[in-house]
Amino acid sequence: MSAAPQRAKAGAEKIEVIVSAVLPLNNLVTRFEFKRKDGNHFPTFSAGAHTVVHMRDGDRQRLNPYSLMSDPADTETYAISVRRDDEGRGGSLFMHNNVKVGDAMEITYPVNLFSLDLRAKKHVFLAGGIGITPFMAMIAQLERSSDPWELHYSVRTEALGTYVDQLVSKYPNKVRIYYDDQSQSINLENLLDGQPLGTNVYVCGPKGMIDWVHKTAAAAGWPDANVHSEEFTAPQPGKEFQVRLCRSEKTITVGENESLLEAMEREGVDAPFLCRGGACGQCETNVVSSDGEFIHRDHWLEPDEHGNKIMPCVSRFIGKSLEIDR
Amino acid sequence: MTIQFNKETFRDDYSFKNSDWAIQRFPFPFHEDSYMYSVNMEQHRGGPAGSVYEKRFDVDEHYISEMEDRAMVLADDPLRCQSLPHMTLAGWDLLELIMVSKSEDYPDLFELHREGDIWRWINKPMGIDDTFTFLDETTLPYGPMEYITRQTQGDFCVLDQRDDNLWMDAGMVTTQADWSLDFDIGMNFFEWHAPVPLAHEKGIFKRALKFLLNIQQGAPARRLNWTMTVNPLLDTSPENYHKWGIQKTTLTPENIGAKQHLRVELQSFFRLPRSNALVFPIRCYLIAFQDIVKSPKWGRRLHRVIRDLPEELATYKGFIDNRPMMLDFLSKYDDGLPTSPGVFPDNETEPALQK
Repeated sequence: MSAAPQRAKAGAEKIEVIVSAVLPLNNLVTRFEFKRKDGNHFPTFSAGAHTVVHMRDGDRQRLNPYSLMSDPADTETYAISVRRDDEGRGGSLFMHNNVKVGDAMEITYPVNLFSLDLRAKKHVFLAGGIGITPFMAMIAQLERSSDPWELHYSVRTEALGTYVDQLVSKYPNKVRIYYDDQSQSINLENLLDGQPLGTNVYVCGPKGMIDWVHKTAAAAGWPDANVHSEEFTAPQPGKEFQVRLCRSEKTITVGENESLLEAMEREGVDAPFLCRGGACGQCETNVVSSDGEFIHRDHWLEPDEHGNKIMPCVSRFIGKSLEIDR
Repeated sequence: MTIQFNKETFRDDYSFKNSDWAIQRFPFPFHEDSYMYSVNMEQHRGGPAGSVYEKRFDVDEHYISEMEDRAMVLADDPLRCQSLPHMTLAGWDLLELIMVSKSEDYPDLFELHREGDIWRWINKPMGIDDTFTFLDETTLPYGPMEYITRQTQGDFCVLDQRDDNLWMDAGMVTTQADWSLDFDIGMNFFEWHAPVPLAHEKGIFKRALKFLLNIQQGAPARRLNWTMTVNPLLDTSPENYHKWGIQKTTLTPENIGAKQHLRVELQSFFRLPRSNALVFPIRCYLIAFQDIVKSPKWGRRLHRVIRDLPEELATYKGFIDNRPMMLDFLSKYDDGLPTSPGVFPDNETEPALQK
């Protein structure tokens, strides 16, 4: 049908915002708050959603996804918490070093790839480090609907325990903190054992923690559908490589510190994307030919697709030649 | 514009009719002279002024009568409206979406006044003026989904999203093309589409599901679907097949122009903000063959589409037995001239019938 033909734009709808607060929480993590530039309300969001923040860094456009961690019912303000990554490609450093109160930025509408299972009789949250952010919103949502939850939160040291004080003082009977430097760790087997039927477990943290939770829960007989995880892969730097874009009839070079998706955008190629973290599947691209080795970092492709598809938001290539259908 | 609401029925004496305005804006579903399944999605962000695509929830001259018909169906069979316990939040999301959309799109018909969680909703055509507390079910006469969909044309499926699938976990379904909410409740996307022929083999549903899972807040989508209905019946449900199925045998060459209706569904898809569920409104539009052929382009094209449709599809859509009689009627309106591309009738530019 073609009632009003419109070309789909890449990415989610955008909202123009003004930075309304920049609050350093500890040595590594800073909280950024946004208000809408047009003075309207933000859309309500579902807990677990993220937004993609657009940063104008000189000539360079950086787009990083961050979990929305404010109360979903608060449509005046959106908040994210950004952990500084000194080894990364520079998005979090840009946020920490350059973004000031009053700056105009663009963020996308909320996108949720980590939503609550509202059928759950109880929600158990397992957070590692900055992985606490989506749970801040989930806790606010469940408090409002009076649904049962508990949080087990593992942090490196007391000084790096982002939001620990706030959580412990507000929910003393629902939150337990584990300090790595005091050799405390979540006793997962015990925790999973004896949960009421219909409990759902959610984990957000480093890859090792996520794998550990899935493995332990599976071994304890938990159904996969009751164990949820969110792992955003930040695009990793890597060796420069060339790629032929056969539909756009262009050959481009992907630099060390940019992703294939970013390189295409830099060259004016309108490539689809949504999460920019290898999770949503939107940027999936067919490989026309290749002579070399793929570095697949996404959570989307099946192993049998690894020879003929690539997710340009996080994955790279090393070798002689690569041609993709874009 | 002010809409004149028809006083009409979709049962017994079938006094339903389309005004010239409604015929002009009918969502004719064929953009070319043939039809095959496709994932024919586009963004749902308005359309030509006055068309059914313009507003988020189209209100037309059949509004009041359709809502009366829905109330009758529900009185006979309350299971046409169901919501599993975890879907109440999605019901509130839907109530908000419809109230906000209608009050913005039709300010002369609907008003929404919000003071925090205290909301006042005024529906002038239906004479409703209710004040309630948002997210408090005890302050409404029905659950939030049922309350608002008793006041909104079209069926509504509210789909929970989990495990990379969609689940038919709530709905208001009284104007359906021969499927049953009570049968499908709790099913996932592949399960409830299992009866559809050809499309599975073509990978249509896998692609469609992927598209739907990715529908985001602020970016709704839409598509059209169609079938055939003898007599202007809204409720062609399996539950009532014994009442309407037999009516397909009452077609004659004399009455086919008035009795045979093209049934078009304007399907739209919205991501719901609090629940992350997806709502799938299915709005049914009916038009008699004799009204379609008033547009020469539509007459020519409908004949060609029905003539060339694969047998499986004509069988699935339930008109294989009546197809010869339909073609006898429609062939009189096909002079073999080419047709312009697109769904609109183009009455000013298309040549008149040459026979």
